[in-house]
Amino acid sequence: MRGKKFWLVALTLVFVLSLLAACGGNNNANQPANNGGNNASANNGGNAGGADESAPEEISGDITVITHRTDIVDSVFKEEYLPRFQEQYPNVNVSFESITDYEGQIKIRMNTEDYGDVLNIPNDIVPEDLPNFFEPLGSLEELEQNYQFVHEQQYDGISYGMPTTINASGIVYNKRVFEEAGITELPDTPEKFLEAMHMIKENTDAIPVYTNYAAGWTLGWGDAMVPISGDPDYTNHILVREEDPFSADKPLHVIYKLMYDLADQDLIEEDPTTTDWEGSKPMIANGEIGVMFLGSWAITQMQDFADNPDDIGFMPFPANVDGQVYSRAGGDYKMAVNVHSENKEAAKAWIFWFANESGFAESQGGISALKGAPMPPALQAFEELGVELLSETPAKPEENGWLTQIDNMSEVGLNQPNFKQRIIEAGVGNRDESIDDIFADLNDRWNEAMHEVTGQ
Amino acid sequence: MSNTLKERGNGGSRFALSFSSLSYKAQRRVIIILFSILPLALLATFSYLPLYRMVYYSFFSWNGFSKNLNFVGLENYMTIFTRPEYFSVFKVSLYYFFATFIQMGLALYFATILTFKIRGKNFFKGVLFFPFLLNGVAIGFIFMYFFRPDGTLDALLHVFGLSEFIQLWLGNPDLINISLAGTSVWRYMGFNFIIFLGVISSIPRDIYEAADIDGANRWHQFRYIIVPSIRRIIELNVILSISGAIAVFEIPYIMTGGANGSKTFVIQTVDTAFKFGKFGLGSAMAVVLLIIVIIVTLLQNKLFKEKGA
Repeated sequence: MRGKKFWLVALTLVFVLSLLAACGGNNNANQPANNGGNNASANNGGNAGGADESAPEEISGDITVITHRTDIVDSVFKEEYLPRFQEQYPNVNVSFESITDYEGQIKIRMNTEDYGDVLNIPNDIVPEDLPNFFEPLGSLEELEQNYQFVHEQQYDGISYGMPTTINASGIVYNKRVFEEAGITELPDTPEKFLEAMHMIKENTDAIPVYTNYAAGWTLGWGDAMVPISGDPDYTNHILVREEDPFSADKPLHVIYKLMYDLADQDLIEEDPTTTDWEGSKPMIANGEIGVMFLGSWAITQMQDFADNPDDIGFMPFPANVDGQVYSRAGGDYKMAVNVHSENKEAAKAWIFWFANESGFAESQGGISALKGAPMPPALQAFEELGVELLSETPAKPEENGWLTQIDNMSEVGLNQPNFKQRIIEAGVGNRDESIDDIFADLNDRWNEAMHEVTGQ
Repeated sequence: MSNTLKERGNGGSRFALSFSSLSYKAQRRVIIILFSILPLALLATFSYLPLYRMVYYSFFSWNGFSKNLNFVGLENYMTIFTRPEYFSVFKVSLYYFFATFIQMGLALYFATILTFKIRGKNFFKGVLFFPFLLNGVAIGFIFMYFFRPDGTLDALLHVFGLSEFIQLWLGNPDLINISLAGTSVWRYMGFNFIIFLGVISSIPRDIYEAADIDGANRWHQFRYIIVPSIRRIIELNVILSISGAIAVFEIPYIMTGGANGSKTFVIQTVDTAFKFGKFGLGSAMAVVLLIIVIIVTLLQNKLFKEKGA
């Protein structure tokens, strides 16, 4: 008996050890696989765009779709889209996974091979890494005949991502609050905007501007760079060479000076540190908030809480170039296929179905990636106002990724909350530094990184 | 049947290796190895391997998921030590450091009181230990509602007619770290408390009885019986709390994300690695933090030892 036990234990031991060894082996295998996998997938690029190559019934397999939309993953994706998708692709099984801190977690998972079959491309990936992680969707030339903004995640003329929806930059506001305050005309300069906010403060009980400072990611005011300059080249061609981009009259200065002035003149919520994103939606819907600086994607989310959805309006950033007001159109997250996926055809089928037929973009108040789709009602108001939609011109191939590199290296963080929170803190008087100190510091850091990346 | 018997008779154990046939020393060795292999394997997999990788990454410039790792030698470390803003955040840790002493004092106080005969003893033990069982994220949210304007704390002050003391608990940069450190005390006090309670109750009863006979009051008992008996545990708790104060993360990160002057070194590290895609630099910062914690612990150990001798 004793002998038996000993062997049992010994066997268990061997089993445990081999398990550990297997884990280790896997780890190592991941790393050298890098460069080899690289070329192979790049070669596939040629025949991509091939979601429609084989008949829908022939495509089969199980795929996992990872999304950041925790709010609608079950109610819309699983219950509404999936049955419709399976009518066309009866042999594809889709399971969904949603992640709250999408950006933070997906990058860590991408160190393994297990990051779903369809996922959103994280924002700060550099283009030359795209082929290492994602399967090509098709050449730009081919895809751009039918889809817009597929160039936003491209490398070497091959697109890796399909936008879920396209957003217009601007400001969500409550029309009733504007009426009560006596604002008759939408402001088109920062000065007029400040005046309008003062009117809200004096004439209504609403908080003029709700910053959503605490959530952080909601401080995406930087989308107004292109509208302020009126130049679609600004982001990828001018900014990457701009010395002192935060100095007077430059777009970033205009945006964040306005942010500072609003905080400085007590036109924001009493205590920014305790703002609550989910709570802000019913507040603006009920007229307790005047405006929030959020893209067109936010319109429907706010309307969901309003008794009268028409109360929620959308206006461009208050700036004009010789009288012309602009808004920036840009792709939201881009869906892509995991390069390690075992059912790439099925995964692509989901992506193209999502772009062509799901109706997701319209339901989100955004513009569809599919060319020729009608403008959503919320944005039709833009046409009446004579607002022109600008889309950023992509960077030159050899400069692809510069902006991300400069931004990360300098730790300025154009898409991060850090310096914006700092500006609001300075505005409400919580910091020893002035707004000019902050701009000077950002300029210095930007310049140093810019020179290093561009080599100029 | 007869075969087996025969084999046994012939000393079959020579062929079929059985555990009992091993020498005592060998048996002991096998058992020690078997019992420690699993915890050691876990320790190696989840502590030392990641540590090794972290030190390894700290010599590279890497964005966290790219396939390109560029070896940069000590450049990351040089960056840390040449940029004063990376170290200025340590003054936030001071708030938590001082809070540690309040936390230990309270824990010791409650542990001592609850050792003596008191009505509802177990109930109070439960109440005091409960916060430590809560998830840190939940605590972050609870206190976010607690501290917000017109939140729980303000409502409470209203009830007691103390409205004039109402502050922006998180909005005021002079108060924010005190509010957050207070949350930290609330959360971790139970942990110190339960450890103290455990050791104090291991002190034999008859010592107290002897002290009673000698006419010692409660304070004397505390000062001359309890404190000397749990000295080592106090030291341990101080070490844990101080290294905890240096590496505060959870509570400020969830409640404020490090905004409004509540940024700690760990939040700084996380921002560097995950927001700005500088894994190499972030790893180097983590290594620096580790070294600082080790130094502080060694220093403390040394100080305590000298005092004890």
